Amino acid sequence: MDGQVQIHDPSTIIECGGKYYTYGTGGSCLVSDDGWTWYRGVSPTRRGMAPDMIHLGDRYNLYVAANIGAQPKAAINMIWNKTLDPGSPDYKWEEGGIVASSDGVEFCNAIDPGVFLDPTDGKLWLVYGSYFGYIRLVQLDPKTGKRIDPNDKPVDIAVNCEAPDMIYHQGWYYLLATHGSCCRGADSGYNIRVGRARKVTGPFLDHMGVDMLQGGGKLVVGSGGRVIGPGHFGLINLGDGVQKFSCHYEADLDRGGASVLDIRPLLWRDGWPVAGDSFKEGTYAIESVRTGTALELAVEGMPVGGRRNRRPPGGPGAAPGGPGGPGGGLFSSQGGVIPPQDVAQVSTNWPAGNIDIRMGNYLCQAQQKWTVTPVADAGGYPGSPYFKITIAGTGRVLAVDEEGELVALPAFTGGPEQLWRLDQLPDGAWRIMPKSASDAGESLALSAIGSSFATLQEFDPASNKQRWLFKTP
Amino acid sequence: MITLRNVSIPALVALAGSTIVFVAAGSGNFPLGTVPSRARPASVERAPSADGFVQRWLILEPIPANGLTDSVVQAAVKKEYFPNQLTVIPGDGDKVTVDGAELTWHAIDTNEYNVNLYYFAHGLGKPTSNVLFWAVTVIDCPREMPGVRLAIGSNAASVWWVNVKEVISIYSDRQTVIDDGVSKRLTLKKGANVVRCAVVNGGGATDFCARFLDAQDKPLKEFTVRLDAAKN
Repeated sequence: MDGQVQIHDPSTIIECGGKYYTYGTGGSCLVSDDGWTWYRGVSPTRRGMAPDMIHLGDRYNLYVAANIGAQPKAAINMIWNKTLDPGSPDYKWEEGGIVASSDGVEFCNAIDPGVFLDPTDGKLWLVYGSYFGYIRLVQLDPKTGKRIDPNDKPVDIAVNCEAPDMIYHQGWYYLLATHGSCCRGADSGYNIRVGRARKVTGPFLDHMGVDMLQGGGKLVVGSGGRVIGPGHFGLINLGDGVQKFSCHYEADLDRGGASVLDIRPLLWRDGWPVAGDSFKEGTYAIESVRTGTALELAVEGMPVGGRRNRRPPGGPGAAPGGPGGPGGGLFSSQGGVIPPQDVAQVSTNWPAGNIDIRMGNYLCQAQQKWTVTPVADAGGYPGSPYFKITIAGTGRVLAVDEEGELVALPAFTGGPEQLWRLDQLPDGAWRIMPKSASDAGESLALSAIGSSFATLQEFDPASNKQRWLFKTP
Repeated sequence: MITLRNVSIPALVALAGSTIVFVAAGSGNFPLGTVPSRARPASVERAPSADGFVQRWLILEPIPANGLTDSVVQAAVKKEYFPNQLTVIPGDGDKVTVDGAELTWHAIDTNEYNVNLYYFAHGLGKPTSNVLFWAVTVIDCPREMPGVRLAIGSNAASVWWVNVKEVISIYSDRQTVIDDGVSKRLTLKKGANVVRCAVVNGGGATDFCARFLDAQDKPLKEFTVRLDAAKN
């Protein structure tokens, strides 16, 4: 992501007044207007370890842990605020008291809180714990955010992990926790794992049936690319079935090994959450899940290698013994390797101005290959910048015309109708939305309403019309 | 590999009402199936099918045409074969002369989602390959309908007009797929709206289908087909 993203142990990202907020260890706070570019915010009154946050009613409850003696003697305090905007007259952190603790002897270290509102019954829960002992579960009062009964015995639900958080998905409770070592820069083995249960109290088993109370946990995301040690999962529910998650990496190799915030797509496969990847710039065929046809300029395509006469096998010029042999014929080789199509060559007959967009069977042709490039200083959305989508090797850019239909403009000029938001959906396909629609508060997405035609329509998460695959051409 | 395009056409042997039955030539009396039905319209107006397909058309006997690429098809449909070919509302049995050949317009009803041009031409003893078919219908709308789309499929290439404006063009050798080509949003006016297409076939089967979709992509059914509506 862009801007100031250095943080460790970020809380779940919460939106307040059109801005995104997260709080980390040591009182750090990051704020973003769009979820892509971040800047430093104001510390809360309690500066502890690995906070977590939830928005309930008119309150923002922040749960913050602190050592109250030699580890594992710790306590988790709740503070709350009516707003996260320090400029608001309502901005004031109120103390809510201790909601969980460990006495330094018991087999638990009461740090790393994760707060979870059960969507099935409205009950509020807190999971907490670190590598010393159990991950535990206690119930909170959803009205106050405080412990319902401090004398209730916490439920042990996992062990040998930390930074727990819980989410609910299609009849299952998922306990996400971080395994591996933290705080060692690029030597940190942090990785996020998951188990699931039918009840909020467990047992949480991984995909191999191993109980998280015995160290189980299916990998959600580990190190990869230029980032090492993801930990501290936080769900971001963007609506319409689009889910992302926040985490920090122990070391971002492109930022000198600093610990940084990231937001990535959350996908679901066979009932298990897996991390998607932020969109990688490159050249792709853009294929509709609904139709299997690919987005293209409405220009006459030229077959790769040039047109061939259609001559039946055995006809004049066919090789003895049938098709495929030397000497010509419909199925024979043209000789040598046919190079990729040269867009400069085939585009000479394309209209100079705007060109309609259509879809067709993908045939490796120049008008079907799209280069997707992030646009600097154009803003973004949670976890990603806006992109421009151009025909590879040209300046012709995908845009929305005045009638709300798709068009290719001759050149990119930076308008919001030429900028695209790409959100990965739970099944791994992508939703493609113009910035101009987002700016207008409309949920319009690229939609395949025919095998050969796409337009913009209200996004329907249940439909395949607005699901797209970016395939290597 | 054998495709329908490589198989010789079986002999047409029997007519049963509006349903044509054929058997394969040279392979014994092996029934291959029932040809899609078509008939002359028996009523003044006709509602679209349950899925919104337009099932009444005026179709001109085929005109020779070669090529299915974008530019070739566009050139073919832009060529003037007969006067007012983009505006005329023909009557059943009207005749035009194209390159010295007299061709007849036929009013056709189909009970299928599509119109089978192959059997239309074959039944008239006309060529089915390397031909261009003109087809026209008239949609009678009870009110103005903005934001709708024409949605068509065709074998093979086709170009479509609604009230004289070209709204869809699809090219190359292709099969009829429901809602293959879809127009941009358009407005159907109250009363008569003329839908016209030119379907160009290379070889083998040839047909087309057409319906309108509303803003939610649901089939539009609030209209009737009246071939005489534009003349009222």
